[in-house]
Amino acid sequence: MSKNKGAVRIEGAFQSGKALITFLTGGDPDVVTTEKLIRVMEEEGADLIEIGIPFSDPVAEGPVIQDADERALAAGTTVDDLFAMVARLRTGGEGGADGVGGVDASDGERGLTKPLLFMTYYNPIFTYGLERFAAKCVESGIDGLIVPDVPYEESGEIKDVFEPHGIAIISMIAPTSDERAVMIAKEAEGFLYCVSSLGVTGIRSEIGTTIGGSIEAVRVASDIPCAIGFGISTPAQAAEMAALADGVIVGSAIVRIIAEHGSESEAPVREYVRAMKEALRTV
Amino acid sequence: MEFFMDSHDRLEYTFLRIMGVIMAEQNNQNPQEPVRGRVGRFGGYGGQYIPETLMEAVTELETAYNQYKDDPDFVRELDGLLADYAGRPSRLYYAEKMTRDLGGAKIYLKREDLNHTGSHKINNVLGQVLLAKRMGKTRVIAETGAGQHGVATATAAALMNMECEIFMGREDTERQALNVYRMELLGARVNHVTTGTMTLKDAVNATMREWTSRMSDTLYVLGSVMGPHPFPTIVRDFQSVIGREIKAQMMEAEGRLPDMVVACVGGGSNAAGTFYDFINDSSVALVGCEAAGLGVDNPKNAATIANGTVGVFHGMKSYFCQDEYGQIAPVYSISAGLDYPGIGPEHASLHDTGRASYVPVTDDEAVSAFEYLSRTEGIIPAIESAHAVAYVRKIAGAMDKEKIIVITLSGRGDKDVAAIARYKGVDIHE
Repeated sequence: MSKNKGAVRIEGAFQSGKALITFLTGGDPDVVTTEKLIRVMEEEGADLIEIGIPFSDPVAEGPVIQDADERALAAGTTVDDLFAMVARLRTGGEGGADGVGGVDASDGERGLTKPLLFMTYYNPIFTYGLERFAAKCVESGIDGLIVPDVPYEESGEIKDVFEPHGIAIISMIAPTSDERAVMIAKEAEGFLYCVSSLGVTGIRSEIGTTIGGSIEAVRVASDIPCAIGFGISTPAQAAEMAALADGVIVGSAIVRIIAEHGSESEAPVREYVRAMKEALRTV
Repeated sequence: MEFFMDSHDRLEYTFLRIMGVIMAEQNNQNPQEPVRGRVGRFGGYGGQYIPETLMEAVTELETAYNQYKDDPDFVRELDGLLADYAGRPSRLYYAEKMTRDLGGAKIYLKREDLNHTGSHKINNVLGQVLLAKRMGKTRVIAETGAGQHGVATATAAALMNMECEIFMGREDTERQALNVYRMELLGARVNHVTTGTMTLKDAVNATMREWTSRMSDTLYVLGSVMGPHPFPTIVRDFQSVIGREIKAQMMEAEGRLPDMVVACVGGGSNAAGTFYDFINDSSVALVGCEAAGLGVDNPKNAATIANGTVGVFHGMKSYFCQDEYGQIAPVYSISAGLDYPGIGPEHASLHDTGRASYVPVTDDEAVSAFEYLSRTEGIIPAIESAHAVAYVRKIAGAMDKEKIIVITLSGRGDKDVAAIARYKGVDIHE
């Protein structure tokens, strides 16, 4: 099976040292801020950026991202707004009201080049229409999707639609996956999202992880890059987890900064992403 | 234990079970086994749309269920509990006054309200907690809306020495404060869920999150025919005792099957339990009554089949009340137990195939039926069950006197008295 375009671009994020994957909820507190912060993340060395499409009932999220989803939805954010935002980011167009297709790049800001992922639950994708959603991903410049409530067993229907469009569907393994891990990894594309510990997303003061064992098992069966997420917030934790894998995913820690600083988050997010990237360079 | 039935009841119960099994075999039952290659599908609905972390837990549950469901020791122990502890079989009562008053079809009430803990929820809970015990679990967690499932779970946990935590939306802990105290009396810890709409759907979210963080010693005892496979099947199987008994009791009372069985539907467990044994009996109409709140044209309703569209939520593909972007709608019903934006996947399939029909019933109609049954038959139904009574009030009069309707009274209405008084503007100095 030849790799799809999105998968190739995503794997490319793991080619120069340990990858830093950053997350934020789209539209929290508003789309203009999200757009600015994504640029900041790229400038400070994020290798891959995950944009959460807010959902009313995010069952895999802890309180920090639940609250972000609520804020984004309260601000009226829709998936169409986020497709438009991604299109503007890719073309370098400045935040006009309807920047779909990004015809205007006149302000000279260059288009974002790092791979972009949408993270959302299956219902917003399913309800939008799988084909329509996939076409919009291509049109705007999304490389892949993370859909935490679609496990291996149910992934066929979504992969069948998105693969032909060159959009990667990211697979996840958890500490409870055991022998499932290898089965999942064999079909994984882009990278393998390795959930560090039980529970939902959120900052953990200590990450008691057994995921390293699963990653070792995966390595034997597949050359898919592995990134660890859930609970990572400090540079020390990032370095520790990166030693076990090819990259780390940081979500709640960033969202917490945005919760605190709102539309003034640019400076603290810049500082934070820089520190996290610095920590990974030492691994 | 001090909950023994007299020997006649025991004999009757055994008789009903055997009759049910014989009839099921004659009808070549199990019509809803998965039709596709994948597990847990009802038509195109159902499935296992859950985070990878939980897959291990649902697989473990499925394996255990398949191991024990026909295990003679397990079946004997569960049957003993259903009979001696829960008080099964529940009575099938001929509502003669209601029949006369409406002037049409003959109406029977399946009295799940007379079960221990006051609703059908105990049927499923005894099965699941017993299963949890066999699986070596020491702790059960559950969501609850009206509090009936929470009370039943807390009860079974007390009986079987399990630690118990219940998740209930804060809106519901206020609507059903008495049930919160009942659960605490039974030794359970009640978590007040303050996210989202603070109702049943948010309680399910919270319980799923809790299970994701702790599953090695914990089973999620799901209260309805919803969620990821295998829950819709397990809960329906444990609730199917309702329909099995109706069938046997009706044969004894009338010598024939009813023409219609009617039950209220939130997630749909009492309806699934009522319908299941009749699915292959095409002469029996199956009717589910949804909560239409202030009306199907008013945003404040919870009528999933009337207003919902196909989506994927809470682990299953089914019908959901949602907006054009797939955001789950903040539904409403006077009944906390029906105040849920989805419906179990087997119901979605029964709706699509036309085998069952689903009708909306408003708050006003349900409250009126609540009062009607109280005054006519001296039976105060749960406000959930009153939705089914309300539908029958509308149609029975126009039906032939030879026709027979069975309404499943899924629960008793004691818990609702204060809320109904508030609804009616009556000050009862709580």
